[in-house]
Amino acid sequence: MYDLLIAPFADYAFMQRALIGSMLLALSSGPVGVFLMLRRMSLTGDAMSHALLPGAAIGFLLYGLKIVPMTIGGLIAGLLVALLAGAVSRFTVQREDASMAAFYLISLALGVLLVSWRGSSVDLMHVLFGTVLALDGAALTLIGTICVITLSLLALFWRGLVAECLDPLFFRSVSRMGTLAHFVFLGLVVLNLVAGFQALGTLLSVGLMMLPAAAARFWLNRVGPMCALACGIGMLSCAAGMLLSYHASLPSGPAIILSAGGIYLLSMLAGPRGMLSSLLPASRHRTA
Amino acid sequence: MTRPCITFFDLTLGYGGHPAVHHLNGTILSGSLTAIVGANGSGKSTLMKAAAGILRPIGGTCRRAEGLSVAYLPQQSDLDRGFPAQVIDLVSLGLWPKRGLLGRHTAADKALLARALSAVGLEGFDKRSLDSLSGGQLQRALFARAICQDADLVLLDEPFNAVDRRTVDDLLAIIDGWVAEGRTVIVVLHDHDLVRARFPQTLLLAREAIAWGDTQAVLTPVLLAKARQFQEAWDDSAAWCAPDDAASAPKVSTATPERIHV
Repeated sequence: MYDLLIAPFADYAFMQRALIGSMLLALSSGPVGVFLMLRRMSLTGDAMSHALLPGAAIGFLLYGLKIVPMTIGGLIAGLLVALLAGAVSRFTVQREDASMAAFYLISLALGVLLVSWRGSSVDLMHVLFGTVLALDGAALTLIGTICVITLSLLALFWRGLVAECLDPLFFRSVSRMGTLAHFVFLGLVVLNLVAGFQALGTLLSVGLMMLPAAAARFWLNRVGPMCALACGIGMLSCAAGMLLSYHASLPSGPAIILSAGGIYLLSMLAGPRGMLSSLLPASRHRTA
Repeated sequence: MTRPCITFFDLTLGYGGHPAVHHLNGTILSGSLTAIVGANGSGKSTLMKAAAGILRPIGGTCRRAEGLSVAYLPQQSDLDRGFPAQVIDLVSLGLWPKRGLLGRHTAADKALLARALSAVGLEGFDKRSLDSLSGGQLQRALFARAICQDADLVLLDEPFNAVDRRTVDDLLAIIDGWVAEGRTVIVVLHDHDLVRARFPQTLLLAREAIAWGDTQAVLTPVLLAKARQFQEAWDDSAAWCAPDDAASAPKVSTATPERIHV
């Protein structure tokens, strides 16, 4: 049991760093994913993760596979797309899904162009799928900082975010904060995707955001507990995925996401709001 | 209680350059209870949005009294009923004007929430999830939220749609309570009998104000027939409304003291 669960982390420093980094990331992006899902923007996370690509690619082409330039590049590209898409949906008739799709496709095309221009396909795989086992101290500091920023801002804007999700028209009639809350939230999405960049890469960083959130929805019906459960599911997936990756010699990013996917499928079947409870005939009911 | 609560000066509201409310003038007095009546597409909801301050006029102004707080219950709520929230979460949104983003909900606030729920007949519903409420129960919860807002002006846009008789009576009692407390209430309604029975003031709207004043003088067969005769469809080739036309539109100054301008 020790050999199976503890030894890989006790024996290898890189495993410890990878575990701490990915767990911090799960803690940070879990609640963000819950709000994305509740605002029916689940696929926005995916779109945004693609939108980061050109920025990260420019950082990668100029400085190689280093976390600081790639992070800053991704952050700029992501915020730009979030801001443009958000502005289009707030000030024109087009809804956010359409404007987001337009801007992320432009961004993705630019990114692919940039990567293929100078790099080989191996480089592209690095950018897209990440290298959780190569997390260094700088990357850990970055992820930790982003985690603290995210949790603080979420706590600060909590009531506004809930009000904006629950009844946006009402919120507009009592407060002008809706737009600010929306942009702060989009900023947090970008920030967390960027944080997940090094650990999981553009394609999979969104998985640690959305899969735990989607799984938590099957168990609970209040926002706060749902966020806590999403964090827990995310962290569990990280540990399980790392072990899977270590023992079966699998790439770590996909192993983590597949673990989260397994928990999602389990929740979808067995959760109180899941498939089985809605398909099985109710055995009994109360009189009132 | 005869201060103006909200005053419309030559107010034109609309979408894409077409007017939905055209050159409206008039005053809603503080503490009054006004019904807005008119056909579909006559601009009732648009006017409510402007009064709530969430629709910018394309002409004229909508002047609200200094420091006026508004509670607005839209006809089509953007409320997400699939959102994982309980009735108490929805009702406590009404505390936002008082507590804002970070203010703690005090014991007095919690007592207010409980009073509001009991006033609308939803005791014991505080932990019910929103997706399990019936239409009437949801409407009661939204009234409870409006109670918590403690606003000077309450705007209700067709609040009795798909609501049973008993609920209508309960909600009307709440409206009467608001008026007794000196609040101003404006309600969009289609039920003329209900308006005649319970609402002292009426604005009959057909894009322009057909009549505005004491309900008995407004809801006459002649005026109601006139209100039905407006052109609902937009005309893309309609001439631009010139300043001269605006000047010749009925002004509040030409109205009789009862504020009826026909």
